[in-house]
Amino acid sequence: MTQPLLTTSGLSRDFGGLRAVDNADFSLMPGEIRAIIGPNGAGKTTFVGLVCGRILPSSGTINFVGADITTLPAYRRVRLGIAYTFQVTSVFANLSAYDNVALSVQRTLTDGRSRGAVRTGAMKALEQVGLADRAGTPAGQLAYGHQRLLEVAMGLALQPRLLILDEPTQGLSDGEIEGFVALIREIARDATVLIIEHNMPVVMQLAHRITVFDVGRIIAEGDPAEIRANAQVQEAYLGAAHG
Amino acid sequence: MTEASTARVYGLHAAVVAVLFALNFLLPDYHHGLFARILVLATFAMGYNLLFGYAGLLSLGHAMFFAAGLYGSGLAITYLGFGVPAAFIAGLVCGALLALVVGLLALRTSGVAFMIVTMMFAQALLLTIVYFNQWTGGDQGLVLQQASRIVTIGNASVDLTVPTVRYVAALVLFAVVLFATLAIVRSRFGRVLVAIRENEERTRMLGYDTFANKLAAIVLSGVFCAAAGAAYALLFGYVGSNFASVQYSILPLLWVLAGGAATTLGPLIGTLFIYYVTDIASSYTSAWLLIVGVALILLVLFAPKGILGAVRKRWIRWLP
Repeated sequence: MTQPLLTTSGLSRDFGGLRAVDNADFSLMPGEIRAIIGPNGAGKTTFVGLVCGRILPSSGTINFVGADITTLPAYRRVRLGIAYTFQVTSVFANLSAYDNVALSVQRTLTDGRSRGAVRTGAMKALEQVGLADRAGTPAGQLAYGHQRLLEVAMGLALQPRLLILDEPTQGLSDGEIEGFVALIREIARDATVLIIEHNMPVVMQLAHRITVFDVGRIIAEGDPAEIRANAQVQEAYLGAAHG
Repeated sequence: MTEASTARVYGLHAAVVAVLFALNFLLPDYHHGLFARILVLATFAMGYNLLFGYAGLLSLGHAMFFAAGLYGSGLAITYLGFGVPAAFIAGLVCGALLALVVGLLALRTSGVAFMIVTMMFAQALLLTIVYFNQWTGGDQGLVLQQASRIVTIGNASVDLTVPTVRYVAALVLFAVVLFATLAIVRSRFGRVLVAIRENEERTRMLGYDTFANKLAAIVLSGVFCAAAGAAYALLFGYVGSNFASVQYSILPLLWVLAGGAATTLGPLIGTLFIYYVTDIASSYTSAWLLIVGVALILLVLFAPKGILGAVRKRWIRWLP
């Protein structure tokens, strides 16, 4: 049996009287594409926020590749290989697309005193998402869909072991979504992908397994077919969406 | 980014330094003296700009770093009999240590709280200087004797009180800090500082220890400002507590805003501009503050990003 890449046990987070994440036991195998779905306010973003360290848990533990990272600051987790792309696009608007990605690349270069290394790495990441010809454009002037791609390129350039994507297809056109799905498949060849997504066709196409959140709890987990057939899930979520 | 633009950028900065050197021989006495002072104060402004313009941290207490250099070197000469080079280094060390301690404490805050905390530390230093007036001379200050401001290297001696020597020494300091700033802002570290200014949370989520980077920026900024302070003491021979007052915390902010924050040459332009507006206005009227105020309002209205900021936006995009 291979070791799970990520496990959480009894993970909880309270905001005042509200329990946003409630006793979540979760594990993720290397190489997986895992989708997290659930109604608005189910605790999905809080949960991944706990995993990547933007929010500290009220109780419970988080393990990443066998090490306890529960109290590790966010930037240290990024260095261990957990990359997070924001739900609300937050590229550096006044920096060029190139500089945005170069920030990721230069951090991952441990031996990298060589001048060309940053350029090579940055251009590679931009090419992967198809933005190489926009390298010099200030990120704030890119089209919205391109900003989302840049956000992914920044995550990719960190060479993560776990890439967390928070609603990456939100606000994209159908054509752009198609390209996105292909891109994520390609990324998943090197990295484990954890994706929060509302778009069901995207989830069903991409995910190997799906975890369903509702009011802070994990209510179901399984492959797409199982989730589709799960009565509890239909009631909590799909029922409302599919009538 | 490309080879050509690197050559262009360094060429421009070298040309500015060359023009300033030529002015040493061309300026009439009065302006020659003014320029020497402006070059030292512009160095102070460059130190401020590194923290405020690039890393986006607005400090209202930078007078303390200038004063650390000023008193660090001035007191070392007066009481410890240090020579000029040793005194200069003493000033730098004082600035670096003060910046490290203040940075460790002040960086626990951000935004308005950071401004208040830095201002408070600067006030504490000012009061300390005044309190120990039997050594510091209090608000009277100390005058460094001409004999203590002569550098001897082997048989040759350089007298820093000679106007031309003073001008060239100020220019050397200015040029070193200018090119150091340029190298920093074009480096990977500089890119991280700008990223922190733009979006600190995002920078952290790219794996950067933003606290450590900001601390490094404060220490570098403190050292540059202390270098200006130490040079001021050595070149002009006066060490006074008014340089530790709030006024000298606000002035570098003003110079940087006028010249253009986050531009390498902005601090020079801003210092020149404000200094000359003040100088010319005060020769015509006692209400010179009114004229300076109007000039600032015009600047805010028509060039909110400062003089060089506006130039970069409209004409020369590649300005660093």
